[in-house]
Amino acid sequence: MSLPALRPAAALAGAGFRRWSTYRQAAVAGVFVNIVFGVIKLSILLGVAESAGGTVAGYDAASLSTYTWVAQGMIAFVVIFSWTELAERVTTGDIAVDLARPVDLQLAWLATDLGRAGWALLSRAILPLAFGAVVYGLYVPDDPTAIVLVPLSLLAAVVVSFACRFAVNLVAFWLVEVRGIVMFYVLVSGLLGGHLIPVQMFPEWLRTLAYATPFPAMIQTPIDLVTGQATGLRAIGLVLAQLVWAAALLGAGRLVLAGATRKLVVQGG
Amino acid sequence: MADASVATAYRSIVLSRVAAQASYRTSFAIEVVSQAFIVLVEFAEVYVVFHQVDKLGGFSYAEVTLMYGIAVSAFGIADLVVGHLDQLPFYVRRGTFDAFLLRPLSPLGQLVTSDFSLRRVGRVVTGFTVLAVALVAVDIDWTPGRLLLVVVTPLAGAAIFSAVFVATSAIGFWVIEGTEFANAFTYGGNYLSAFPFTVFGTVVRRFFTFLVPVAFVAYLPSLALLGRPDPLGLPGWLSWSAVPVAVVAWIASAAVWRTGLRHYVGAGS
Amino acid sequence: MIVEARDLHREFVVRRAAGRLRRTKHTVAAVDGVTFSIAPGECVGYIGANGAGKSTTIKMLTGILVPTSGHVRVCGLEPTRERATLARRIGAVFGQRSQLWWDLPLRESFRLLAAIHRLPASVWQPRFDECVALLDMAPFLETPVRQLSLGQRMRGEVTAALLHSPELLVLDEPTIGLDLLSKEALRAFLIRERRERGTTILLTTHDLPDIERLCERLLVVDHGHLVFDGSLPALVSRVGAERVLVVDLVEPGPALDDVPGTVLRSVEADGLRQHLAFQPDRTTAAEVVAAVSALVPLRDLTVTEPDIEDVVRRLYQS
Repeated sequence: MSLPALRPAAALAGAGFRRWSTYRQAAVAGVFVNIVFGVIKLSILLGVAESAGGTVAGYDAASLSTYTWVAQGMIAFVVIFSWTELAERVTTGDIAVDLARPVDLQLAWLATDLGRAGWALLSRAILPLAFGAVVYGLYVPDDPTAIVLVPLSLLAAVVVSFACRFAVNLVAFWLVEVRGIVMFYVLVSGLLGGHLIPVQMFPEWLRTLAYATPFPAMIQTPIDLVTGQATGLRAIGLVLAQLVWAAALLGAGRLVLAGATRKLVVQGG
Repeated sequence: MADASVATAYRSIVLSRVAAQASYRTSFAIEVVSQAFIVLVEFAEVYVVFHQVDKLGGFSYAEVTLMYGIAVSAFGIADLVVGHLDQLPFYVRRGTFDAFLLRPLSPLGQLVTSDFSLRRVGRVVTGFTVLAVALVAVDIDWTPGRLLLVVVTPLAGAAIFSAVFVATSAIGFWVIEGTEFANAFTYGGNYLSAFPFTVFGTVVRRFFTFLVPVAFVAYLPSLALLGRPDPLGLPGWLSWSAVPVAVVAWIASAAVWRTGLRHYVGAGS
Repeated sequence: MIVEARDLHREFVVRRAAGRLRRTKHTVAAVDGVTFSIAPGECVGYIGANGAGKSTTIKMLTGILVPTSGHVRVCGLEPTRERATLARRIGAVFGQRSQLWWDLPLRESFRLLAAIHRLPASVWQPRFDECVALLDMAPFLETPVRQLSLGQRMRGEVTAALLHSPELLVLDEPTIGLDLLSKEALRAFLIRERRERGTTILLTTHDLPDIERLCERLLVVDHGHLVFDGSLPALVSRVGAERVLVVDLVEPGPALDDVPGTVLRSVEADGLRQHLAFQPDRTTAAEVVAAVSALVPLRDLTVTEPDIEDVVRRLYQS
C-alpha cells in the first residue's frame, strides 16, 4: 500500500484512540471487573493444577497465572464481549453515510478498531497484568523470538477478532434484531477461543472443534506465545495461521459486505 | 387496604412489561433460548475441569455440579426479578428515575417492576435442570431437614443475590459507570458461588462469605446436604443459615439503597 | 399559598479537570437565595437563561432535589420529606423527559398511571375522556409512545400529569420543539384547565407567546437570583424592550427617520426595507403602521417581538 493511502487510515486510527480515551471512568471500572473475575478464574485453575499434582495440560502455577492475566488483559483489547457498533449504524441507516465516504468501508472500520485497541492496551491490559505480577507472579518467556512474535500475534488477534465482528454485525442488513446472534457469537467465541479455560485442557473432541474455528487465533495463540506453551517453529507456525485466518476472514467480510450493499442498493435499505 | 392497592399498582406495571415483551415473539424466543445457552457454555468450564481431574478443592464432579445447579437457579431467579437494577445509571441519565420520584410509589419498587425481563426465565429453567441431574448423581442421606433445605436453598440464594443486586446498584447513585462495578459483585458472585470455596484464597473467601455473603447460596448449603463439615473449619450450623443470612443481607442492602437515594436527592444531577 | 420558597439555596460541587490528572472541586450556587410565593389559581412563568437556576428550583419544588438551605413548602408539604404525598397533589411535565412507557400504546400509560395513583375508574375515566377530546388524542391512543411525534407525545405527557387532578401543575419547557399549531392547542388547553378547575400553573419557557397567552405573572431568575417578580408589561416597560416594525416599500424610498414614537434602526437595499423600533407601552403597532403608510406606499410588513433572552439580558444590565 502506498503512503498516501495510509494517511486516512492513520487519521481514523488516531480518532478511534482519542474517542475511547475520553471514557476514563469506564476504563477504571472495566479494569476492576476484569481483575475480580481474573482472581476467581485463576483460583479455580490453581485448584485444578493442585488436584492434578502441580501441572495440568502443560500449565504450572506460574503459567496459569500468566494465562489468566493475559486473557483478562485482552478482554477489551480484542473485544471478547459484545460489540454492536456497526450493526447499530446499519439498523439506523447511518451506514449509508459511511458507504458514501471515499474510503474503503472495511479498512476504515479496521483502522478505527486498531486505534481503539491501542487505547485498550494502555488502559485495560497493563493494570490486570501488573496486579497479576505483584499478587501471583507471572511467567516471563525466555524465548528471544517472543519479543517479535508476541506483538505481531497480538496485532493479528485484533484483526482476526475485528474481521469476525465485522461479518457478524453485517447480519443486521438482513435481521432487524441482532442481539441474539451477537450474544451467541460472544459465548461460542469466548469458550472455543480459550478465554474461559485454556484450549489445551479441552477434551479431544472439543479441542479439535476449537481449532477448526478462528477463535483460538484471537485469544489462545498470543497467550500460548507469552506462556511459552508454543516456542520456536511452532510459535512461528501459529502466528502464520493467525495471519491466514485474518486474510481469509477479511476476505469473507468483503463478500458479505458486497452482498449487503447490493441489497441496500436494490431495496433502498 | 392501602397495601392491597399498592400491590394492584405494581401488578399492573409488571403485567404491562410482560405484554410488551411477549409482543415480539421471535425475538423473545431467541432470547429465552440464548439465556438457556449461557448456562450450558458456563457449565462447559466445570465439564472441562473434570475432564482433567477427579476432584476440585476436594469435591467430586457430581458435588460441584450440585453447587453449580443451586447457584445458577438462585442467580437465575434473582436476575429475572432484579437483574436490570445495575442499569440504574441509565435510568438516571434518561430522566426515568426522576419520573419515578414524581409518583406516589417507592422508587425502588418502580425500578424493580419497570423492566421485569421474562426472557431470563431460560436461565432459571436450565439451572433447575442441572440441579435435578446433580441431585440424582450425588449421594445424599435424605432426612426431612435436608429435603426442606433443598427446597429452600435456591430461594434463599435468590434472596441473597437480590440483596447484592440492590446494594450494588446503589453505586450507580454515585458513579456513572456504576453498572460495571455492580457487575463485579453480582456476576462475579454468581461465578464464584458455583465452585467449592476451598479453591479460593483467604481474602476472597472471607469477602464473599461475610461481606457479600454468596458462600451461603450454594457452597455452604451443599455441605449440609452432603453431610460434610467445612474443610476450612466454619461451624456446621452456618451451612444451614442461608435464610437468616438472606434476611440480614436484605436489611443491609435496603440501608445502602436508602443512603444512595438520599445522596442522589441531595447532590442531584 | 400553594408554593412558598424562602431564601432558597442550592449548591453543587463541580469537579473540573485541572491539568492532565488533577481535578479541583468548585462549589457552584445554582440557586442563591430565591424567595417567592404563589397563590392558588395563579399562573406563573418562571424564566431565565439556560443555567440560570430554573430546573434546579423546579426540582426542589417537586421533591427530586433537597435544598442546601432555605424553606420550601408546596401544598403545605415539605417536598423531599413528603414526596409520595406531594406526588398525589401535583403534576409535572418535563419537556425533555418522558414519564410515559415508550414501548406501550399511549392508552396503556394512562391505565398504568391510574393504577399507580390508585384512582378508581369512576374518577380518572371521565377526566381521561375529557383530555382525549380536548387534545384530540383519539387518533393515536393505540400507537406505541416511541412512534408518536413530539407534539402528540407532549399532549400525552400533559394528560399524564393531569390524570389525578393535581392542585399544582409544573411544566418545564412544555412547548420546546413543538410546531405552532401544537403550541397553540396546548396553550388553549391549559387556559381552559385553569378556568374550569382553578389549577395553579408554574411553567418555565423560552417562548414569549407562552407567557403572553398564559401567565399574568413572571418570575425571572438570573445566576441563581430572582431579579424580577411582576407582570409581562411591567417587565417590558422596565427594561424598555422594543418591538420592531419591518416594512418593505413598493419602491426604494427615503429613510423613515421621523415617524412619531419610533426610532429608525436600519435601512436595507437603498431604503426598500426599513426597521423601526418602538416601545409597546408608548405606542401601538397599528399607530406606527398608520403613520408609515401615510408617508410611503407599503408592500409588506412584519412586527418582531422582543426576544425573551434579550429581555432578561437587559434586565440584568439595568
